Amino acid sequence: MKKKVIAVSGLTKRFGHFTAVDHITFDVEEGEIFGFLGANGAGKTTAMQMLCGISKPTSGSGTVAGFDIIRENEQIKRNIGYMSQRFSLYEDLKVWENIRLFGGIYGLSDKVIERKTDELLERLDFREERSTLVKYLPLGWKQKLAFSVAIFHDPGIVFLDEPTGGVDPAMRRQFWEMIYEAADRGITVFVTTHYMDEAEYCNRVSIMVDGRIDALDTPGALRSQYHATSIDEVFRQLARRARRNE
Amino acid sequence: MKQLIAFVQKEFYHIFRDNRTLLVILGMPVVQILLFGFAINMEVQDIRVALFAPTPDAFTQDVTEKIRQNGYFNYQGNMQTMQEVEESMRKGKLDLAVVFPPHFQREMLHSGEGVVQLITSSADPNRGSIAATYATAIISQYRMEQTGAADIPFQISTENRMIYNPRMKSAYMFVPGIMGLVLMIISTIMTSVSIIREKERGTMEVLLASPLKQATMIVAKTIPYLIISLLNLISILLLSYFVLDVPIRGSLLLLTLLSLLYIFLSLSYGLTISTLVQKQINAVIVSAMTVMIPVLMLSGMIFPINNMPPALQYLSLVVPARWFIDAVRKVMIQGLGISMVWQEMVILTGMILLLLTVTIVKTKKRLE
Amino acid sequence: MVEVTDLRKRYGRQGRTLALDGISFTAGEGEIFGVIGPDGAGKSTLFRILASLILPDSGKARLNGHDVVTDYQKIRQIIGYMPERFSLYQDLSVEENLQFFATLFHTTIKENYHLISDIYRQIEPFKKRRASALSGGMKQKLALSCALIHKPEILILDEPTTGVDPVSRKEFWDMLHRLKEQGIIILVSTAYMDEASQCSRIALMQGGSFIATDTPQGIIDSYSEILWSVKGSRITALLATLRQHPGVKSCFAFGERLHITVSEGLHPEVLRQELVGQGFDDLRIAPITPTIEDCFMAIDTQ
Repeated sequence: MKKKVIAVSGLTKRFGHFTAVDHITFDVEEGEIFGFLGANGAGKTTAMQMLCGISKPTSGSGTVAGFDIIRENEQIKRNIGYMSQRFSLYEDLKVWENIRLFGGIYGLSDKVIERKTDELLERLDFREERSTLVKYLPLGWKQKLAFSVAIFHDPGIVFLDEPTGGVDPAMRRQFWEMIYEAADRGITVFVTTHYMDEAEYCNRVSIMVDGRIDALDTPGALRSQYHATSIDEVFRQLARRARRNE
Repeated sequence: MKQLIAFVQKEFYHIFRDNRTLLVILGMPVVQILLFGFAINMEVQDIRVALFAPTPDAFTQDVTEKIRQNGYFNYQGNMQTMQEVEESMRKGKLDLAVVFPPHFQREMLHSGEGVVQLITSSADPNRGSIAATYATAIISQYRMEQTGAADIPFQISTENRMIYNPRMKSAYMFVPGIMGLVLMIISTIMTSVSIIREKERGTMEVLLASPLKQATMIVAKTIPYLIISLLNLISILLLSYFVLDVPIRGSLLLLTLLSLLYIFLSLSYGLTISTLVQKQINAVIVSAMTVMIPVLMLSGMIFPINNMPPALQYLSLVVPARWFIDAVRKVMIQGLGISMVWQEMVILTGMILLLLTVTIVKTKKRLE
Repeated sequence: MVEVTDLRKRYGRQGRTLALDGISFTAGEGEIFGVIGPDGAGKSTLFRILASLILPDSGKARLNGHDVVTDYQKIRQIIGYMPERFSLYQDLSVEENLQFFATLFHTTIKENYHLISDIYRQIEPFKKRRASALSGGMKQKLALSCALIHKPEILILDEPTTGVDPVSRKEFWDMLHRLKEQGIIILVSTAYMDEASQCSRIALMQGGSFIATDTPQGIIDSYSEILWSVKGSRITALLATLRQHPGVKSCFAFGERLHITVSEGLHPEVLRQELVGQGFDDLRIAPITPTIEDCFMAIDTQ
């Protein structure tokens, strides 16, 4: 049996009377691509913040990358990568400056950073763009670079928050190929998306409704369980049950 | 008209729902006045004073007599030459020298104006500035007595020259300064930020794509801050008058008129900034840098303009606060009338027209 | 009627960035015209020109007979415009926002309530709530209500569904269909290819140009490649192998399957046998009808 990279049980977060995340329990295995779906306001962001060690759970327990999410949140931050559509790279820094910055943040030595920077630019075919300001890169390139930077320090797990919003279809596919490669190298990928076709790329998918995880399985199993032809349909069936309207 | 009312109402919603900002903009003048007022010990006694009148006449003698009789002053005699004045100052024998120009009485009766120079030594800067304030008060009072007695109205103004350590502190000096600072900062920052916030949030795009006229929006954006600035003006004047005992010697109407001009100028400046920058943070920085620093450094609030290098003196000419603070001092402290401040009012009006022109030229009916 | 002829627009120093490269189209009453393309394709520039917010370098655009450059004041009375990531006034309540926009357009909520009642009724129970406390889907409904309150003849919606979950997106499109029935012309842009089928006609946009304009079905019908889906395990390895294959023109992952376009003469069964020979098993290969996304990629990579 594979190692569990994320294992949480009864994870709950309340803000006053409002329960944003309501007793969620699940595991993610090493090297898995785990899709984390849910409607706006279902509690995805809050749950992800707790997993990343940024937000403290009201109750429940769990480990991420082998560290306790309550007591060892600093170690968690060092052993995960994070990328979101809203923020990923500094637009007014050059490509290599961004890489050096994030390498430095995760405590890599200058030598290692230099060697890995060359490798990374080579692999992405970005050598010519080494000294380009990030804001001048097309969106799709930016996202690919941002993902590479998020896994630059070889984290055990990478969290991706809507990484492909607004990216053109061909680039979106290239992006997912990078995710596959990372997963093949043993990096666990935890991803949220509003593109339901992307949910089908995942090894397993969870769907959050009103702060709870209402469904969790492989895309195939979910489709047959809900008699649906796509995850999109499964999602709609589940999200219609939502009562929360905030 | 309905559009305008709805827009102003919306602006007030924004203001009242941001309690912290509201507290800052209404609380700032109060805090500043009290801070400056009570941080300063106003009681100064035994001020060593000498007078210099190259051509003594009835007026200079009257003033000399008033100063001799005043309990705060320690009269050191009359000086014979300007050299003697400066010599005594340098040796630290004097706190204050009152210098009349030649033929003071004659000049004054002819032109209706007279300027008395007050030179203070500022080994102890507080002492120097307060001494000058007392002397100013005595001369103003004397002028008023004379105006009442004589048929010909005339005015005497004093001109302070602080030598050696050009700092001034005292409620008399600071109240006009705080008015110049607070009124401008609040109007400028708040107006520019409230417009740019709409640009940043994308609501400006919707407003532009609606039948709303740009002029309506601009007027609606300024009305709330005009009202708030007037409230601030009232609170500053009340506090200075009742708490700090700063007199309002001149006409209250004139003072209000001056302040209104200055508030309009600040609002126009905020509008100008809003047409030139795109981000709230830039608006705050530009407003703060171009208001705070000139007002503190170049308006005569802290450093007397006469003592500045010529380059800075020229630069101070474009600082609105310089003219406003000067005029407020003249009206509020020295009790002078409109004939002594019309120049400042013309300059301020000119600045308003310039800023509004830039704003109108720069305001676009489209996004770019 | 929306008539656009050869719109061009450049940005930046010496017009280095090409935003619109000769756009022409027409859209008539009762039509939902969708502009579909990724970020940076030029969708927002196009919509801003149509909303009279920026000037084109050249070309003409007329909305119901009014020129967007010269008759901008008239344009602003007849359109309802919702910019990208539009978020209303966060510190105003639902009702205050709507009230404000109604007054802006010289009308009242009461007067035009029937127009928005369908949409507004869903958020009316929360009308005292501040806009900042609404969920993404509800914000969308409020924004649409505000854009509709003055009874616009033409609705211009720039990426109204970006960042909104699939269920809210579906509801939003249902509302657009009802508005279409009332005779309002709707121009809408989106980066979600799966929303294309909701439009009467669509334009696929990339790099400032319309690379295709037709009904969704028309676009699919004009797809000229031979398209197969390949399903199997070991996706990464399969992808690499297929890309090396001389008969495979392109290969992309589509959900759990791979979509490949192949040269004429290759048979699915032949390809399958070949792949099995290279150690892939559990394979299923079958011809499929293309989606809009396949079409977009086929035209885009040409």
